[in-house]
Amino acid sequence: MNAQATDAHHDSDHDHHGPAPGLMRWVTTTNHKDIGTLYLWFSLIMFFIGGLMALVIRSELFQPGLQLVDPHFFNQMTTMHALVMIFGVVMPAFVGLANWMLPMMIGAPDMALPRMNNWSFWILPFGFAMMLSTLLMEGGGPAAGWTLYPPLSLQTGDAFPFLIFSIHLLGVSSIMGAINIVATIMNLRAPGMTFMKMPLFVWTWFITAYLLIAVMPVLAGAVTMLLTDKFFGTSFFDAAGGGDPVMFQHIFWFFGHPEVYILILPSFGLVSEIIPTFSRKRLFGYSSMVYATASIAFLSFIVWAHHMFTVGMPLAGEIFFMFTTMLIAVPTGVKVFNWVSTMWRGAMTFETPMLFALGFVVMFTIGGFSGLMLAMTPIDFQYHDTYFVVAHFHYVLVPGAIYGIIGGVYYWLPKWTGNMYSESLGKMHFWLSTIFVNVLFFPMHFVGLAGMPRRIPDYSVQFADFNQIATIGAFGFGFSQILLLVLVVKCIRGGEKATDQVWEGAEGLEWTVSSPAPYHTFSPQPVIK
Amino acid sequence: MSEVAQQRYYVPEAAKWPIVGSISLTMLLGGFSSYLNGSASGSTVAFLGLGLLVIMLFGWFGTVIRESESGMYQAWEDKSFRMGMSWFIFSEVMFFAAFFGALFYAREFSVPWLLGEGSGGSTHQYLWPNFTEIWPTNGPENLGESDFHMGWWPLPFINTVILLTSGLTLTWAHHAIKSQNRSQIIWGLILTVCLGYIFVFLQGVEYMEAYHEGMKLTSGIYGSTFFMLTGFHGMHVTLGAIMLTVMLIRTMRGHFTAENHFAFEAAAWYWHFVDVVWLGLFIFVYIL
Amino acid sequence: MNKIQRVMGILFGGALWTATGPAWAEWELNLTEGVTEISREVFDMHMTVMWICFWIGVIVFGAMAISIVKHRKSKGVTPATFHESTFAEILWTIIPFVILISMAFPAAKMLIKMEDTSDAEITIKVTGHQWKWEYEYLDSGVKFISSLHADSREAATPGSGIDPTTVDNYLLEVDNPVVLPTGKKVRFLLTSSDVIHAWWIPAFAIKKDAIPGFINEMWTVVDEEGTYRGQCAELCGRQHGFMPIVVEARSEAEYDEWVTAQLAAAEVAASSADREWAMDELMERGEKVYGTYCAACHQANGNGIAGVFPALNGSPMVLEDIEGHINIILNGKPGTAMQAFAAQLNDADIAAVVTYERNAWENETGEIIQPATVKSMRIQ
Ligand code: HEA
Ligand code: HEA
Ligand code: HEC
Ligand code: CUA
Ligand SMILES: [Cu+2]
Repeated sequence: MNAQATDAHHDSDHDHHGPAPGLMRWVTTTNHKDIGTLYLWFSLIMFFIGGLMALVIRSELFQPGLQLVDPHFFNQMTTMHALVMIFGVVMPAFVGLANWMLPMMIGAPDMALPRMNNWSFWILPFGFAMMLSTLLMEGGGPAAGWTLYPPLSLQTGDAFPFLIFSIHLLGVSSIMGAINIVATIMNLRAPGMTFMKMPLFVWTWFITAYLLIAVMPVLAGAVTMLLTDKFFGTSFFDAAGGGDPVMFQHIFWFFGHPEVYILILPSFGLVSEIIPTFSRKRLFGYSSMVYATASIAFLSFIVWAHHMFTVGMPLAGEIFFMFTTMLIAVPTGVKVFNWVSTMWRGAMTFETPMLFALGFVVMFTIGGFSGLMLAMTPIDFQYHDTYFVVAHFHYVLVPGAIYGIIGGVYYWLPKWTGNMYSESLGKMHFWLSTIFVNVLFFPMHFVGLAGMPRRIPDYSVQFADFNQIATIGAFGFGFSQILLLVLVVKCIRGGEKATDQVWEGAEGLEWTVSSPAPYHTFSPQPVIK
Repeated sequence: MSEVAQQRYYVPEAAKWPIVGSISLTMLLGGFSSYLNGSASGSTVAFLGLGLLVIMLFGWFGTVIRESESGMYQAWEDKSFRMGMSWFIFSEVMFFAAFFGALFYAREFSVPWLLGEGSGGSTHQYLWPNFTEIWPTNGPENLGESDFHMGWWPLPFINTVILLTSGLTLTWAHHAIKSQNRSQIIWGLILTVCLGYIFVFLQGVEYMEAYHEGMKLTSGIYGSTFFMLTGFHGMHVTLGAIMLTVMLIRTMRGHFTAENHFAFEAAAWYWHFVDVVWLGLFIFVYIL
Repeated sequence: MNKIQRVMGILFGGALWTATGPAWAEWELNLTEGVTEISREVFDMHMTVMWICFWIGVIVFGAMAISIVKHRKSKGVTPATFHESTFAEILWTIIPFVILISMAFPAAKMLIKMEDTSDAEITIKVTGHQWKWEYEYLDSGVKFISSLHADSREAATPGSGIDPTTVDNYLLEVDNPVVLPTGKKVRFLLTSSDVIHAWWIPAFAIKKDAIPGFINEMWTVVDEEGTYRGQCAELCGRQHGFMPIVVEARSEAEYDEWVTAQLAAAEVAASSADREWAMDELMERGEKVYGTYCAACHQANGNGIAGVFPALNGSPMVLEDIEGHINIILNGKPGTAMQAFAAQLNDADIAAVVTYERNAWENETGEIIQPATVKSMRIQ
């Protein structure tokens, strides 16, 4: 992209004040950078909370037998771990990155709806406080898995209404966040920033935002039906009244499958920013990347029942959903091939963001392959609800979505703080994470194939070895993340000053403003030629 | 490097209403949850939260209206609001889609399977051999023991006419706004709002009738889908009518110009959306 | 980067190699081939798809590795400037598409076969309960409940101090296994009385959900005699990990023998309601029934789990209200995890467990409830 921009910040600073002092700055801020920062810190804290829950799970699974926790509490951990990681870590991190970077990447003065932006964030801590508080209630938190299948979820105790309403709150937050992003991209692009000049991170978020607006309300509807089934005597999910428990699964997965692409598309965008920079070569196949992303998003609406192959769907449905699901490999493959072609005959260097991007490409693809195996109905009967599935989705989520996010954080950290982070700490973080993440999740393929069901606190002894390895990996991976925290704090405090462009191969508007980026970036806007 | 677009975007400095909104929502929903769990103080907290929420809405919208009236928004900001509103409405459409989906699924799949159609042969034979109702149904266990069916005639049909008419009167008001004929705007809005409230009233009458016949939320899948769909719709009509009432008051206070009347349009879009949802309801819930 | 590549390669290659290497068989790293025609076909398809993915991986990661090694700045290369090629894009859209189609068609064919439950010779109705399985042979009338074996149950009690490795088939053993004849097409009708469960035997490659209010069907033909183990494969609450499935495939003659013996035993049990029972007898039987059916929720010490499962120890209902007590066991309490046991337990079992609950722990009512009382309440 041959975007040119003015150094707009120099002459625009004086007519806006800087941030208000004190704590209230963060509570009342309408500045996209402040809100981005809030989102990112929130996400990091939740990552440690969700990770600690995972460590409880892994510790109980270290050996056969019940050692540490009651099975009921184990199920609460599984459920909460997933809810925290999905709604509290990955989604807020993406919104945080969007807040920080989208306006800077498209030459916008801020987000389109700044007050609502503040509200989208400030619903989250309240929503999660409500959700996490259920762990302390009589009968404990929700324990029916993050998928909340009835009738099991209807057996939840006092936690139940709090859980439902906290999901409503999180939904409201993400819908508002998504609307804001759509409005910003459609309305506030700088003159000359046509759609097909937008950086890929902007594109992938644009498409993700539509997914969010389309499916979060469906989740809200689904959990509302759970609520009325439990408290108001409706029978949506009760055969005695003519409903069907499986109906919930259809509605849930109509949300749930697009949701997993919500969790990956922005990472695709991040990786598509990072790889060209460090390959010193333009992204290969820009337009096909855009079309591929759109195809993935479109297909994601018609594949949902691949999570339900064993519920006894009619044969035609099983075949339809198998075919559509397998099709998703095509546009995803296009993306992978384009990334590899971008590297091909580039001049690569391997700074930390690039390492995470490369790790992403390899390990996401491995997760994609196991996804493809799951997509084939007759053999999914063997994989379904085993650790093979757990291995699949952690490969696409942890070294997938999370690696994309971490890569993005490293990539833009100098722009945010004005300081370079410690490259040696970063590299250490990458290598430790990558080794341990594979020690953690790869053995899950084996125990899954060998027949270990998921969501069990105890297992028969033949699965012991690999579970032990996985647990070691979990602790290794978890503690490696402390390096990230250390590195970020150090980088905020000081370090070698970053240049405006930061990376030799970096292109795009965000690299034309100073590091750290000024509080108000593009007002008035630059013109892109 | 030389050109700079001269427009500036209005970014408010700080906003205190959002945090009030978060606190009030948490009180409302947390209080309601405790109430559902049988706690005595739950409803008090919920009502306090609701009160705070109303204060927040007045405060927030009040600020926006002030800013709008003092000319701080240009076409640019206006466009952001429009996008916000239209995508919000789209999200509402998807919310209703979930319930329409449930209705569709129950009628096309779960009830026929319980009756033994398709792959449900054994289900019927072994679990529910006495179940024969097709639609409407309250399920194999005859929940609520009423098989009352709300026909489309007369009330729902009258309600359809009312809502469609209200759409017309609203459009009339909209045209009036563009030509700045204030009394026509006011009359258009008064008519629309009244039709809206009549609709809600008649819906209440219909509910009374259903209850009289023993058909309730607890009457199996028919009762569930019927009341949830029409109930959420009714809530949206009420909300839309309140929005239009506010527009009416603002018009009387002399707000809105021929060019600058986004709030009015937003309320109007919302009203039309509610209209369209009703048409869907009329067809899929009452007629078919 | 090439280091990761190597590690991944070793891990991935290792996975595939072990799949074929018999020396690793007891490590159980791969799907089982199983003992039915379907399970072998599933296994073959699994291997095929895995190899396809493996080779695509080799190509993609290989290309990446080459760039990483050769096209690095430190080698002094100047970056190329190409960034588009319609030909390449079309190529790598079409080739994966063709590969996918070639996988999808055989899969669809196999699926059609798997879903064909017609012409079964034996039909078994399987009902999932929290947390045990109920089997009813619809042709012969054999009916029983199968739950986790007492040895595993004991070892899996927190604080038992029993090392799971010393228990045979820890968590994969039941008290009453399902018995099937070899070589016959068996049809399973799956349903549930409470939440969703799933019935899965890896060696047969069949898994399907048991959904309350609906019946799902599936079938199998077992070729080899033997004992095959599986587990519930859908989260169903606290004891989801503790409701295994064991199937014994026997020759037809042995199967017939087994059926006859089961029917005879059922007759003996049915007559038990007609006589007076002594306290000791009831307590002994009651303790067993309680351990198998009730302890999962109300706990062996009768104290339940606060907020989830009520304590029976000291419960007013147990101490005072005999009718309510028998009634909740017979009919359960709708909307809670307390299920109806009327169909699962006979009169003697219920009388025994009621007597037991009224006299165990600190409940010392001294009351004896006779099976006849239960029987009379059933009829109402
Ligand atoms: C980021 C999240 C994410 C992503 C991106 C994906 C991607 C995919 N997923 Fe995954 N999935 C989850 C998150 C994700 N999934 C989660 C969370 C669950 C479990 C939910 C729960 O039950 O709790 C799940 C479960 C799940 C199931 C249900 C399993 C079961 O319960 O039985 C299935 C089945 O079809 C599936 C399939 C796929 C497929 C086909 C893809 C495809 O998009 C993958 C496509 C990518 C590739 C194929 C690799 C690259 C392509 C090439 C190099 C081209 C050439 C390749 C070929 C021709 C093979 N997933
Ligand atoms: C983005 C999503 C995401 C992420 C990032 C993760 C990350 C991890 N997950 Fe998660 N997982 C899911 C999504 C995710 N998971 C989902 C959707 C499910 C399905 C749930 C269900 O079945 O309903 C699941 C289920 C699941 C299971 C299966 C549970 C079961 O079936 O019973 C397991 C088991 O090992 C597991 C493990 C882990 C581990 C070890 C990590 C690690 O990556 C975590 C890393 C650890 C840390 C980050 C901890 C760091 C903190 C410290 C070391 C302490 C320091 C403390 C302070 C500084 C205060 N996960
Ligand atoms: C799946 C879990 C589960 C199992 C198994 C179970 N129960 Fe219960 N039981 C419950 C729950 C939950 C309640 C509370 C119902 C309510 O909300 O009133 C309950 C309530 C009771 C009560 C009433 C207690 C009181 O004080 O009100 C009795 C008596 C009882 N169960 C006996 C039994 C017996 C006997 C068995 C075994 C034959 C059994 N239960 C098996 C979950 C279970
Ligand atoms: Cu039954 Cu899990
Ligand atoms: Cu999916």
